[in-house]
Amino acid sequence: MININEVSETNEMIEKENLDVRTITMGISLLDCISSDLDTLNRNIYEKIYGSAKDLVQTGEDIAKEFGIPIVNKRISVTPIALIGAAACKSTEDFVSIAKTLDKVAKDVGINFLGGYSALVSKGMTDADRLLIESIPQALSQTDVVCSSVNVGSTKTGINMDAVRLLGDVIVRTAEATKDNDSAGCTKLVVFCNAPDDNPFMAGAFHGVTEADRIINVGVSGPGVVKTALEKVRGENFEILCETIKKTAFKVTRVGQLVAKEASERLGVPFGIVDLSLAPTPAIGDSVADILHEIGVEHAGAPGTTAALALLNDQVKKGGAMASSYVGGLSGAFIPVSEDQGMINAVNAGALSLEKLEAMTCVCSVGLDMIAIPGDTKSTTISGIIADEMAIGMINQKTTAVRLIPVIGKKAGDTVDFGGLLGFGPIMSVNTFSCDEFVNRGGRIPAPIHSFKN
Amino acid sequence: MNKIIITVVGKDTVGIIARVCTFLAENSINILDISQTIVSGYFNMMMIVDVSKSEASFQEVSDTLDKIGEDIGVVIKCQREEIFDSMHRI
Repeated sequence: MININEVSETNEMIEKENLDVRTITMGISLLDCISSDLDTLNRNIYEKIYGSAKDLVQTGEDIAKEFGIPIVNKRISVTPIALIGAAACKSTEDFVSIAKTLDKVAKDVGINFLGGYSALVSKGMTDADRLLIESIPQALSQTDVVCSSVNVGSTKTGINMDAVRLLGDVIVRTAEATKDNDSAGCTKLVVFCNAPDDNPFMAGAFHGVTEADRIINVGVSGPGVVKTALEKVRGENFEILCETIKKTAFKVTRVGQLVAKEASERLGVPFGIVDLSLAPTPAIGDSVADILHEIGVEHAGAPGTTAALALLNDQVKKGGAMASSYVGGLSGAFIPVSEDQGMINAVNAGALSLEKLEAMTCVCSVGLDMIAIPGDTKSTTISGIIADEMAIGMINQKTTAVRLIPVIGKKAGDTVDFGGLLGFGPIMSVNTFSCDEFVNRGGRIPAPIHSFKN
Repeated sequence: MNKIIITVVGKDTVGIIARVCTFLAENSINILDISQTIVSGYFNMMMIVDVSKSEASFQEVSDTLDKIGEDIGVVIKCQREEIFDSMHRI
């Protein structure tokens, strides 16, 4: 039988070390909503999402109460809207009307983010894909909780540089469209290479076409728990360090698996995956950078950081994989800047640059995430940064992503505050040497040689 | 069997266990195990109880224990056993 020490350990993780389930995300297929009539399509989308998810928030709250574990977010991901709207949408405004429907239904069911205002264009763009991408600035400035993502490359297909160029421009236009709000529209837009179909985390979640009609995916968290565990093994060797991370990740993930199974049963929706990602928040003690510090670097960004992050990521996966029957999504450590107090401190101390972050993305789960850059950054420069990050994903057969926020009217060294989970942080400086000729070539970068495995 | 873990943490005072146990008995909730320690003056108790014979819902049990806790100045928490089982047992 469970003993008092085990109960205390679990409850200390929850009460003092910020252990929580970061999100229960219901994936909903909208393929059966498709109609060539825009009004019918919008009505179908509203009814399908409302009917599927009306009990999601209450169920999440019930589970949180019964197990005594906070479930921070309840969210929805849907089939990429470029596919769903292709038959009905003839203009960017038509796509924006779908964004508004998504925003309304999301608010009506009480969730805090809905992902899937997305297009998958890793090899080419249909007319609908292009329209959706061009509608993003308008869609994100006229809605509150809709998140958008575009997959512009993969190991199998190479990188669609036309889309990369277009997105540099779309990011700047989104920043302009939301400039009264510190360009916060860009916090809801992610550009991916090798985007997973079952990611529960925002802003990049969408419900892939390979998925079932509805599915429950869960993202766990617990940087604070890992950090506290590591405090107890200060000065020990790498074997003990790695074992400690692995055991802690196992415990954290078991909670996610339990919550996922329970939510799936109560909602009558199949369980998809648990995403093992260590996801930080701006709360003190809930930081991935603090773990890196505990492993032994003065600040994230110091020499040794990439190796420390690599081992952290690998041990989290090893421990987590044992704890869940299905692992998926992004599953690694997130290194967003504005959402992680330790990262913010590292930037302010001068220890962490955009280039070092890029190196770190080679060994962790996502990419250049939640990085505020000067508002006058050229769109081609943003495209160049995206291309670099996509190349890392393509060549290393991993997911990479870019979520940059050019904050209109601010320059390097200023600070920006997006509020809540999105956090705040310094504007990071960007290398301003030109890549115009590279970005403007047009076309696509071919798939790498190691993609030809057949 | 439907097991709930009740934890009580707070300043030690007379009658904490009596209050909690009386409530449990009145609601046909059977106590399977109790452990208790005092850590630096703070009362720390854990009970494993079986609620399968009780007619009260989890929510009612949890809310009432919350109130009892407030009355006697301690924090009483109810959690289903599965969260501890999943974390500490393979």
